[in-house]
Amino acid sequence: MIEAFFAQMPALVIVLPLLAAPICVLLHRGGPSWFVYLLTTWACFGLAFLLFVQVKIGGPISYAMGGWAPPFGIELRLDALNTVVLLLVSGIAAISSVYAKASVAAEIASERAYLFYAALLLCFCGLAGITVTGDAFNLFVFLEISSLSSYALIAMGSKRRALLSAFQYLIMGTIGGTFLLIGIGFLYMMTGSLNMADIAARLPAVADTRTVEAGLAFIVVGTSLKFALFPVHVWLPNAYTYAPSSVSAFIAATATKVAVYALMRFLFTVFGAAYAFDQLPLGEVLLVLSVAAMLSGSMAAIFQTDVKRLLAWSSIAQIGYIVMGFALASTAGVTASVVHMVNHGLIKGALFMAVGAMFWRLRTISLNDIAGLGRQMPITSAAFVVAGLSLIGVPATGGFISKWVLLEAVMAPGHYWLAAAILVSSLMALIYIGRVVEALYFRERPEGHPAVGEAPVLMLAATWTLVLANIAVGLYSTPLVGAAERAARAVLGDGV
Amino acid sequence: MSAQWLGWLVAFPALMSLLVAACGRWPNVRESVSVATAAVLFAGIALFIDPVTAGERPSLTLFEVLPGIGLTFTLEPLGLLFALVASGLWPLTTIYAAGYMRGNEEHAQTRFFVCFALAISAAIGIAFSGNLLTLFIFYEMLTLSTYPLVTHHGDVESRNGGRVYLGILLTTSIGFFLPAIIITYLITGTITFDDAGLFGDAGLGVLAVGALYALTIYGTGKAALMPFHRWLPAAMVAPTPVSALLHAVAVVKAGVFIVLKLTVYVFGVQFLADTGASELMMWVAAFTVLGASLIAMTRDNLKARLAYSTVSQLSYIVLGATMASSFGILGGGMHIAMHAFAKITLFFCAGAIYTATHRKYVSELDGLGYAMPITFTAFFIASVSLIGIPPMGGIWSKWYLMEGAADSGHIAIIMVLALSSLLNIVYLLEIPTRAFFHNPRPDTPRSWHEAPWACVIPLSITAAGCIVWFFYPLPLLKLLAPWAP
Amino acid sequence: MSLASIADNFFGLFNYWVVIVLMMIGFYTVISHDNLVKKLIGLNLFQTAVFVFYISMGKISGSTAPILMSGKGSEDVLYAHPLPHVLILTAIVVGVSTTALGLALVVRINEAYGSIEEDDVLEADFETQEEETEEEAERTARAEARQERESAQQDHDDGREEDEADDDRETRS
Repeated sequence: MIEAFFAQMPALVIVLPLLAAPICVLLHRGGPSWFVYLLTTWACFGLAFLLFVQVKIGGPISYAMGGWAPPFGIELRLDALNTVVLLLVSGIAAISSVYAKASVAAEIASERAYLFYAALLLCFCGLAGITVTGDAFNLFVFLEISSLSSYALIAMGSKRRALLSAFQYLIMGTIGGTFLLIGIGFLYMMTGSLNMADIAARLPAVADTRTVEAGLAFIVVGTSLKFALFPVHVWLPNAYTYAPSSVSAFIAATATKVAVYALMRFLFTVFGAAYAFDQLPLGEVLLVLSVAAMLSGSMAAIFQTDVKRLLAWSSIAQIGYIVMGFALASTAGVTASVVHMVNHGLIKGALFMAVGAMFWRLRTISLNDIAGLGRQMPITSAAFVVAGLSLIGVPATGGFISKWVLLEAVMAPGHYWLAAAILVSSLMALIYIGRVVEALYFRERPEGHPAVGEAPVLMLAATWTLVLANIAVGLYSTPLVGAAERAARAVLGDGV
Repeated sequence: MSAQWLGWLVAFPALMSLLVAACGRWPNVRESVSVATAAVLFAGIALFIDPVTAGERPSLTLFEVLPGIGLTFTLEPLGLLFALVASGLWPLTTIYAAGYMRGNEEHAQTRFFVCFALAISAAIGIAFSGNLLTLFIFYEMLTLSTYPLVTHHGDVESRNGGRVYLGILLTTSIGFFLPAIIITYLITGTITFDDAGLFGDAGLGVLAVGALYALTIYGTGKAALMPFHRWLPAAMVAPTPVSALLHAVAVVKAGVFIVLKLTVYVFGVQFLADTGASELMMWVAAFTVLGASLIAMTRDNLKARLAYSTVSQLSYIVLGATMASSFGILGGGMHIAMHAFAKITLFFCAGAIYTATHRKYVSELDGLGYAMPITFTAFFIASVSLIGIPPMGGIWSKWYLMEGAADSGHIAIIMVLALSSLLNIVYLLEIPTRAFFHNPRPDTPRSWHEAPWACVIPLSITAAGCIVWFFYPLPLLKLLAPWAP
Repeated sequence: MSLASIADNFFGLFNYWVVIVLMMIGFYTVISHDNLVKKLIGLNLFQTAVFVFYISMGKISGSTAPILMSGKGSEDVLYAHPLPHVLILTAIVVGVSTTALGLALVVRINEAYGSIEEDDVLEADFETQEEETEEEAERTARAEARQERESAQQDHDDGREEDEADDDRETRS
């Protein structure tokens, strides 16, 4: 019985949210739907943890969907890399589900709340699916499931601008998804397989054709659109700014990471690092773009007055760090990427949640509106400060660990200019986080605004869980760095 | 003493800060807890004097922060000296702060004492750190825990001061120090402090080591080497007890202590002497000594003048480190203690003057010596100690620094030190001279008298300390025996 | 290259040429048109091109539809590859959902802005945004001025020179 359960775990991670979504719709009421959402995400978090442990002990797991053996059926494949990503996605989903209740009650019309939860579950299902699948086409389908539901979620934002942001995101996201589809088509044309491991085995024979090169290009551009790599990042600031708070927190912490994961999976598992980085100059291109993303994103963040938009621009910069790591195509680089994926998820989740808690009180979130909140919402403000320090990379926080491993990875091969870019971008983070902190603590409340109290306990609990996770990682990073290193070795085939 | 205690000593003030916060409603209890914590901490650290002077190096690794790199505490003589100075001057500062804060009716006093305790915790952590990562963690913790102190008033001015403070300290530490640590790690494969230095067999050229050394020293922004000294005057927006803490107890001392510690345990004195890689930074330090003294002469604001004096004095210690001679380390180490006692006295006096008279300009102090004789006498004693004239303790550190300069063959540095003493006379002795020998300004009421006893007693004790060190410098020499002749 | 081979290249790869042309038309429509519905139509063309691409991929010269035949000679029948067709059914479903969602958004945008021209919508946004930005800047300036005034009145025991403070006050007034 237990063994049967363990054997089905990879599928359950996708099936549970997929089944829970229609249940929410059938329930037709916000409260029970929230409870279903909460239960599902926590159950998936538990499953993800069990899978993580199982992979750590017993090595990669392969699950044949519907009993059809790979490469013909759809294979779910869990290894050291995607169990980490899955753990991050389900962990953030679980914590943000605790957060969602009060936030949704305030921002979404109550008669539509159940639809909101259904869409969130579908989005989570898509993200989990991308993570666990070992099938290229299946990855595209899950990517579209998560994207479609996130367009809908963003459109539920309270300002009318949310609609246009969602529409623009839809256009960009669909183009990205279609590019990915073309790329997969090229690969299928040349290899006749959709199973990633199978493609990887057949690819070397035809690697020198223009078709495969074009396929690689389409896949890189397509996924880059999804994770908003500079210069195809224009959809992201609006989407994150106008989405409902709980959606910003969840999507900012997970969706871009999962898209990055998808690209890493294609580059390292399907094409192989040797092909993508040695034979083709992809590494150099990505390094340049990541530096541009870091500097332009941080620079833009400095000049924002809307705090959510500021964080969104900062996300674009942080994507640069993640991309820079794996663009080095070294074990240390991929390790740094994975570490920062997790840390950035924790940091941005916490920051968006703290900002969402302020929004919950104020209904607006410009620097002028939050001025002086440090005294009226001390717990929320403190959460923002600590998470902000982590973003800057102050020691004893997760962000520092990211910065350490990334700097180590770029300086070992002597790329000192990349190290300089990382440091400059960190110092820019100091400036934009500093602006928010100064507004919180050094300014008076704006005239004519009534005093406000703290946010609800559940919101604070969720926010602080992520903040404390940041500190825990910062003080004791060995499990995370160890897991990331195992992941890097697994995808680089560097002795598992 | 068991090494286990090291971790507790670092954590103790931080834990007690919770109690301080809990006692916020009863100021007397709160301050008593603070002083008691300080006294216990000092006693706890003092228990390590004997084992460490006997050559023991108690070491404790709590857990691994990064794979292979732990949060490690190791006690060695320099760290013990710094920890003793910091924890020894803390109770006095606390008593003084209690008097000052109440005398000036400052707000948010509980936050003030909580951050104070956290800052001390960080300073002890720096003193005990056994590798570069541990040191870096506590270094940043010190910066951040003192930021609310610097910006205590919470207005535009303190926000601007805080910007410069945090901006420079974090920029230098993240921009220079962190890469320096990682480069060290990549080159040598370790960042654990070692008596012989880490670079002995790395086979680096002078230029590489010199660049790395410069990166490290400038990365330690708290050492206030020009041109990264601006944060120190900017931090003067804080209340005076904070300035005393910054200048004498924790912050800048932590900076120069790190310079000494890294020179000895990461680069190695012998290695630097052999390669001459620290020469460039030595001249930068010499320039800072003179440049800051000259700026200090132009400042009329008493605290600003003292701030520039600190910038200048800190570079004495950096000079001691960079001249790559064991006399230099000895002199630098002694100067940590000597300057701490003298500068804390001067700041206590400045604060006492402000509390009693609300005057903050040197030109306004004419004739105040008769209203506040104890304060200005203490000021005089501390000034003389900084100048380096017997019978004050300051002579010893200057003596060893000059000996170190002679030992390493830098005669010009001796000239710099001598010249700086002359400049010290000009800008420091002007103040007691005005107070005692000028006629009071017409708007000075006769009713002015000394500041509250809680301000006067600490400054008398530290001033007395300056004299005691002259007659009895033996404990310092014993502690710094590894570098003594 | 002989004319025949060029012709062969063109007609032999006719489907792929169509795919490219169709894709570019769709892409261009998405980029160039203001009307949100037209953008969606362009997006549909773009996706359709990919569908054609997949379907062409499954075609094998001389093959017939992949419907299993029985009877005489059925062993020799060459079938087209069915899998890309199946795949593209899924992609079509995705495309339809995207279009449906996009159209729903257009309806909502029309309700909220009274227009489905991107320019009009953006203009409406820019107007409010500019107003907001100006208002924010003004509020910041007001708050700063208020705080400067307040802090200038207090005298702290700090390292600031008084004459500087005087200068500040003059420039402000």
